[in-house]
This record gives sequence, C-alpha cells and structure tokens, in this order.
Amino acid sequence: MITRANPVNSALFLILNFLSLAGIYLTLNAQFVAIIQILVYAGAIMVLVLFVIMLLNLEDEAPLRDTLTKRHYVSLLFALVTLGLLIEVIGWKGAGALAGMTAFAPNSVEIGTVEHIGSELFTRYVFPFELTSILLLAAMIGAVVLAKKRFP
Amino acid sequence: MIPIHYYLILSAVMFITGVVGVLTRRNAIIIFMCIELMLNSVNLTFVAFSSYLGNVDGQIFVFFVMAVAAAEAAVGLAIVIALFRNKQTVNINDVNILKW
Repeated sequence: MITRANPVNSALFLILNFLSLAGIYLTLNAQFVAIIQILVYAGAIMVLVLFVIMLLNLEDEAPLRDTLTKRHYVSLLFALVTLGLLIEVIGWKGAGALAGMTAFAPNSVEIGTVEHIGSELFTRYVFPFELTSILLLAAMIGAVVLAKKRFP
Repeated sequence: MIPIHYYLILSAVMFITGVVGVLTRRNAIIIFMCIELMLNSVNLTFVAFSSYLGNVDGQIFVFFVMAVAAAEAAVGLAIVIALFRNKQTVNINDVNILKW
C-alpha cells in the first residue's frame, strides 16, 4: 500500500487490508467490531477518501524507486529498529506476562455480540457514548465550514 | 488455539508499515491513509486483548476509536480540499507557510 505511486491503488489496497482485518476480528470472536469495521471503515471512510482522490484528480507521483533519497533509507532503518524493539517486547514466543495467553477466555463468544456491547454502551459507557455524538456533530460542522469557505 | 503474540506481532508490523508510510510519502492523502492504518493496528491489539482476557472494555474502546477516526476523516479530508483549492497541490513539501 505505501509503495504504490497512484493514490487510488493505495486506497484500494488499504480497503483490502481493512476487509482482511474484519476477518481477523471474526477469528477473535468480535462480531460487532468486525461488522462495524466493514461498515464504517471500508464502507464510509474509504469511500470518502476515494471520492476526494478522484475529486482532486491527482496525477501519479514519480515511482518510489526513482526518487529514493537518504531520508527514505534513514526512516526505513529507524522503523525496522522500532519493529525489532516491539517484537522484542512482545516476545517471539510470547514469554513473560503473555505466556499464559494461549486460548480465548471462556466468555469471549458472548462478550463480542451486538447485544452485550450494546448493553455495555448504554449502561457503563453511556456518558462517553453521548460525548461521541457531540464530537461527530462538531466534526460535521467543521468539515462543512472548511470545505465551503473560501480562504483569502 | 493461536497464542496472543501472533496477533500482537501482526499489529506491530501494521503499525510500522503506517509509520514508514508517514515518514516516506509526501502526498497528504496517502499520509492520511497511513494514519488510519496505524489506528487500525492499535484496534487489533485492543480486540485481541479483549478476547484473551474476557473483558469487553477493549471492544468498547475500539468503538470509540472508530468514531474518532470517522470524525478525523471528515475534517482531515476537508482540510485537504481547502489546501488543494488554495495551493493546487497536496504535496506537503510545497506547503510551508507555517515554516519558520
């Protein structure tokens, strides 16, 4: 996804990634999250991104292999070092605190259902849930103002 | 069963892919998509721990992260459109009016 010169190709690969991630959520018994991953990410956000890419009518960038600079190599080096550190912390064999986590919790099937998550959202998490609606309203107004206004 | 560190390593690889994208690409929309990729990798960690610990809080958090990501997508793309309208480019090397 990050090596494609054409932004539309990048966006399509990202959608493929999101759909695969929804499948992984299903293997983790998280049905609700898998469904909203497809609906919200692959459905809504990526359609918005693709719409903007096509609206702006960008030309292809130069292929990455023609424009490799020192910055690319340095950032790749630092990213690989960080990846090594992360894997070291996780532990290749899952040692340490993760050693016991080899199977799902016995109640993992029922906590992922829409029913259970919905009842949690409207009882323990009802205040953050209502705050989310205010956040979405503010974002909607902000997006309309930004896209409408002509800046000097 | 699959031990949890496979999910965590997949999540780490996805996160680093997003980091590399942000650091190397200069197109504002692609940088934006890489940020979405990083958000998703953290969501994967949340859901994995939620299932392995039998605690629903992780999945509730993923719900809120997705709501914030949707809001961010709307505002971010509006900013990109406003930027393109003013400068006719989305290359962040050409957007330096705040540079000292």
